[in-house]
Amino acid sequence: MVQSLDRLKESPSQTAGPYAHIGLTPNFSGISGVYESDLGVAMVNEKTKGERIAVKIRVIDGSGTPLKDAVVEIWQADAAGLYNSPSEMRGAADPNFTGWGRQATDMATGECLFETVKPGRMPFPDGRLMAPHITIWIVARGINIGLHTRMYFGDEEAANAEDPVLARIEHRVRVATLIAPRDGDTYTFDIHLQGERETVFLDI
Amino acid sequence: MTERMSNRRPETGAFFRRDLNAHPPAYAPIYKTSVLRSPRRALLSLDGTLSEITGPVFGHNILGELDNDLIHNFAKPGESAIGPRIIVYGKVLDERGKGVSGALLEFWQANAGGRYRHKKEGYIAALDPNFGGCGRTITDEDGSYAFRTIQPGPYPWPNGPNDWRPAHIHFSIFGHGFAQRLITQMYFEGDPMIWQCPIVRTIPDRAAIERLVAALDMEATIPMDARAYKFDIVLRGRRSSLFENRLEGN
Repeated sequence: MVQSLDRLKESPSQTAGPYAHIGLTPNFSGISGVYESDLGVAMVNEKTKGERIAVKIRVIDGSGTPLKDAVVEIWQADAAGLYNSPSEMRGAADPNFTGWGRQATDMATGECLFETVKPGRMPFPDGRLMAPHITIWIVARGINIGLHTRMYFGDEEAANAEDPVLARIEHRVRVATLIAPRDGDTYTFDIHLQGERETVFLDI
Repeated sequence: MTERMSNRRPETGAFFRRDLNAHPPAYAPIYKTSVLRSPRRALLSLDGTLSEITGPVFGHNILGELDNDLIHNFAKPGESAIGPRIIVYGKVLDERGKGVSGALLEFWQANAGGRYRHKKEGYIAALDPNFGGCGRTITDEDGSYAFRTIQPGPYPWPNGPNDWRPAHIHFSIFGHGFAQRLITQMYFEGDPMIWQCPIVRTIPDRAAIERLVAALDMEATIPMDARAYKFDIVLRGRRSSLFENRLEGN
């Protein structure tokens, strides 16, 4: 016999279901008066440093239909590449930038829009720099465990080319599924849950 | 995002590997909606980077007085929601058994008749004008939390021709890193509907399902007021960064 490691097991995930809006974005779902505003709707204020951008996200199922009942969360560094988190040990992030956003996809179009700033670069654990990116987490009815992925920026070709995470993607044709094209100040990112263009999801 | 309610030194290690065998697979045909919404290709496995070992923090200042009281937070003054009054309490722990302080919990549920307050909900059960169905709280220093609500009802849903959800409460949990992000559901001890439910049965392991079943706790019950259910939630553990941090500190 040896000593026990005394580890617990992570609670199993269950789908967020069709009514995740009630809990996560109640004002959006029409339940007003409980919370002042939905968490995560505002990431920036007038003092936030960095280049203002918009990120338009759709989550598309295997039939090509955008999900109209999904909730999308994003998490990103500030313009200097620092996270607004206690686990960020490299310095203080911009106090006027939360780094975290949450939006429900529109019940008619399936789109959601984040108003944010373009993040800076930050190191991979081995010290190499990662390209600017946004971490994305998706839940919805029919999604049994929240899906992690990343969005990279289409106008950061040089940084993307040396990104250690993108470099790990074996089938190079799939790298493009993580890169959002830019049009004006807006990046458009379509996430495909399955099919020929299935987005690369992360076990992270 | 505001100050953390703790003087504990923040942890910066990467998270333990997620045991995907203890979670439902993405593709679970008994739950029909998962068929077209499930990635089919292998996930790209990575050890956590800064983007996943960090995460947002929520201060107690976001909380309103009734956020953890679903019996009253949508009710007219002097009125309350209809249904069996219960207290749900427990701890948010990580896989090392450590309490997770400052974790934001958000919960949502149907009313006592099994009806959600949502424009896409079509079940014939009545809405309760005094019940909204959402609440939230933040864990204490040792990971403890509690809230008050009514016990939700079971309800039918379109999947098979006669599928019913067991009574359940949805939970969304933020730990200390974005990699710990979790949404799950709490079920009630003794409910025979648990073992019939296709969504429950997407979890392949019976012992894992049992970790989502809250225990009735008569000792924590408030006499003549509310019964209590204990529901502990476990998030991924994380490695110590003692031997990992480079001197430069990243």
